[in-house]
Amino acid sequence: MRAPILKQGKYLIGSIQGSLSDADLLALRDELTSTVREQRSSGVVIDVTVLDVLDSFAARTLRTISQMIRLLGAETVIVGIQPEVAVSMVQLGLTIEGAATALDLEEGLALLDARTGRGARRHAR
Amino acid sequence: MLSLMQEQAEARAGTLDEELLIPIRHEADLLTARQRGRALASSLRFSSSELTLIATAISEVARNILSYAGTGEILLRLARKGSRRGIVVVARDQGPGIADISLAMQDGYSTAGSLGLGLPGAKRLMDEFNIVSEVGEGTAITMSKWEH
Repeated sequence: MRAPILKQGKYLIGSIQGSLSDADLLALRDELTSTVREQRSSGVVIDVTVLDVLDSFAARTLRTISQMIRLLGAETVIVGIQPEVAVSMVQLGLTIEGAATALDLEEGLALLDARTGRGARRHAR
Repeated sequence: MLSLMQEQAEARAGTLDEELLIPIRHEADLLTARQRGRALASSLRFSSSELTLIATAISEVARNILSYAGTGEILLRLARKGSRRGIVVVARDQGPGIADISLAMQDGYSTAGSLGLGLPGAKRLMDEFNIVSEVGEGTAITMSKWEH
């Protein structure tokens, strides 16, 4: 598996480890959606830091994953899009609307806290 | 007809030595094509952003081959135009061809259930983009990007 799924509390982290083929991306989609359900996760972070190319298929799949996970009642944040990849995506005309984005894993987890209302509880502790 | 027009297009862009042919038969070949393209282009003076644009454009035209023709090939080579060097990417197949190229080049148009951004997107990513297609014969896309 080129994108192992780690569990961190109520969240899942899909950590992409290398260039992903279309099949790898679809496997990640299926694995994430089934794991969200099994683990009753409230949020998912997909870390794409290592990806040097995000083409139309990859962007569409990330968008689809985010929509599916929302249907299961959880939130998705895509983190680590490289500046070069962002340039390329904008020129291609790609959007991943529906999925939130954050700079890195730490920011992504903070965003999930804010979105799922866990931030307040964490501060209160 | 196709090959003649393609040869003319190729002749206009004086060819340097390096040339790579990557058969596109399976989805895994997309990865190979864009990785080889990036590696070849990185021998020129391209910024990392430009390398990413090139790799992404290769991914899109290679994907187009898989989606519409099933199989085909990507030809990568370095070329020279005046004092500028560049990379030329040819994506060719003997698939069904494209009946209406102007329609195929419109954002959002797709007959394969995709986003329909592949070809028009690849054109925006590269400096030059030429597409020749004959229904029943196939399609050849020649695109290039030059050093500044």
